[in-house]
Amino acid sequence: MRPALALLLRDLRLALRAGGGAGLGLAFFLTCVLLMPLGIGPDLAMLSRIAPGLLWVAALLAALLSLDRLFQADLEDGTLEVLAVSALPLEAVAAVKALAHWLTTGLPLVLAAPVLGLTLGLPAQAQPWLVASLAAGTPALSFIGAVGAGLTVGVRRGGLLLSVMVLPLYLPSLIFGARTVALAAQELDPARAFLLLGAITVLSLGIGPFAAAAALRINLR
Amino acid sequence: MSLWEFANPARFMRISGAALPWVAGLAAVILPAGLAWGFFLTPDDYRQGSTVKIIFVHVPAAMMAINIYGMIVVASLIWLIRRHHVSALAARAAAPIGATMTVIALLTGALWGQPMWGTAWAWDPRLTSFFILFLFYVGYIALWAAIEDPDKAADLTSVLAMVGSVFAVLSRYAVNFWSQGLHQGATLSIDRDQNIDPVFWLPLLACIAGFFLLFLALLLVGTRTEIRARRARALQLAMAG
Amino acid sequence: MGLVVEDLVLSRGGRRVIAGLSLALAEGEALILRGPNGAGKSTLLRGIAGLTPPDSGRVLLTVDGRPAEIGEHLAWAGHLDAVKPQLTVAENLGFWAGFEGADPAAAMAALGLGAIADRPAASCSAGQRRRLGLARLMLARRALWLLDEPTVSLDAASVARVTAMVADHLARGGMAVVATHVELDLPRARRLGLTPAAGAGGAADPFLAGDYA
Repeated sequence: MRPALALLLRDLRLALRAGGGAGLGLAFFLTCVLLMPLGIGPDLAMLSRIAPGLLWVAALLAALLSLDRLFQADLEDGTLEVLAVSALPLEAVAAVKALAHWLTTGLPLVLAAPVLGLTLGLPAQAQPWLVASLAAGTPALSFIGAVGAGLTVGVRRGGLLLSVMVLPLYLPSLIFGARTVALAAQELDPARAFLLLGAITVLSLGIGPFAAAAALRINLR
Repeated sequence: MSLWEFANPARFMRISGAALPWVAGLAAVILPAGLAWGFFLTPDDYRQGSTVKIIFVHVPAAMMAINIYGMIVVASLIWLIRRHHVSALAARAAAPIGATMTVIALLTGALWGQPMWGTAWAWDPRLTSFFILFLFYVGYIALWAAIEDPDKAADLTSVLAMVGSVFAVLSRYAVNFWSQGLHQGATLSIDRDQNIDPVFWLPLLACIAGFFLLFLALLLVGTRTEIRARRARALQLAMAG
Repeated sequence: MGLVVEDLVLSRGGRRVIAGLSLALAEGEALILRGPNGAGKSTLLRGIAGLTPPDSGRVLLTVDGRPAEIGEHLAWAGHLDAVKPQLTVAENLGFWAGFEGADPAAAMAALGLGAIADRPAASCSAGQRRRLGLARLMLARRALWLLDEPTVSLDAASVARVTAMVADHLARGGMAVVATHVELDLPRARRLGLTPAAGAGGAADPFLAGDYA
């Protein structure tokens, strides 16, 4: 536990330092959401109808934003090598770093979502479900993303490749996440979509660290 | 002779070289014959008219699109477990063929949809799933292309294929769920399994066999090309000292 | 405690660089790897660490007479320093100390880092960063140290410090494998000369066999 905690705290500290980009994911999310009314028009009825999908698509894109550096900086300065031969299994390293990624990009979105839901005219009864769906769904984005980041860690300018690879893996989360909010907005029962969203997240938490560690080992050879 | 004998590149080249003309020849006979049978010798459907005949391309292409992805997953697994180079290169060679089959399935689906739905594209769950499958192929091909070292590329793409297969299946179910929510029960989907008249069955089977043989021939050609490229690289490295 | 390498065959980028190497190392012993660039010093270190999986052969570490997981007894200092430029010297070492559950003070002192403790690593010289990277070795009591060119960009005084650090580690019954181009004055050190494996270059590749075109 102690090495894992040390690594988590270091990653959070690095994210908060200059150039760490902790706030950038949130800023990008806000910008994305702002772009929509500007592109579509200020019709609140229309916006409230598309708000669930819009917020979830913006969350997906924001999660992608800082993924390509998740392991790359540590590979470039040799930290990853040291971690790979340390007592902490590489699977745990991948999980901790994915968790740090979620804490710095996913969690701020969860906290900012109610405000944005409000500006897009999301019905009041859907607001808690928006927060709940992002809270339950965005960890999957970081943990699946870690697999993509592990696969492309050795590729220079791998950001675009990473997006092309990872976005299709995000689709189940997107569908169940956005449906949860949309069903709640229509005063239908969102429980089933929400449970499926949670199941995808649990699965991702299980698969992600192992696949990411396998990819990192291959890239460290 | 064990199946693993194929794993030796030199032996694979010999056997596949002998088999290729036969497979290609058989494909060149069966596929045109099946398509001609389907297009010209079957009656028009009483509801769908001659449009229905697109199933002779659409259905085999769609089946191949899915099965080739499955083949890539199996070949990747064999590479990861038994380190057979030919297996990894076969997976690499299969990907562009699978992507093309997916595009054919999408295009013929759209062509079919045009008169049926009055629009070329509908967000029908099956079409959407094929769209997603295409994206999986693109990601897989892009990863192969991005990594210099061939063994490393084989390993990494195998990991992607494994993880991808899990999420591809999940996407299929997620898309079904999504479409139920969109238009309650009113299904516009192209249901290939339902109510196919027996007169369509035999030519359809012939077309499926033809598509499969075509895939096999293309796969052999592709794998042989990959092996040659890999050998050229190895020779170059060896000569560089 | 001992390290045994049996018939180790290693490749780098499809080229065979170590062809059938065997060696044994006992408590308190150091192995100095010498040889020109491309001889496979780094690859051998990576092979022993388990970063590069061997084509064949094996690496065996025994602790108290039993085979042990090498990752739990290893301290690694590759040619990169594992230093974060955004963090200060003290923060960098503090992270690794927290990671290993150790006190960084002794390591700071041993490599003379006290004077620059609060300086951001980004503004350190290459030699200072190197010392910071090597200080990490002292944090955990690991049996086997693998060092890749530890003296690069170090001045004479720092080389002496690092040599003393390694000698102290050996005196406590540790082991070290060190790839280096400069002489290190270590007790009980054996030297292993590596040469670029002539002609063995492509032997690893199964695509060279056969006569197809």
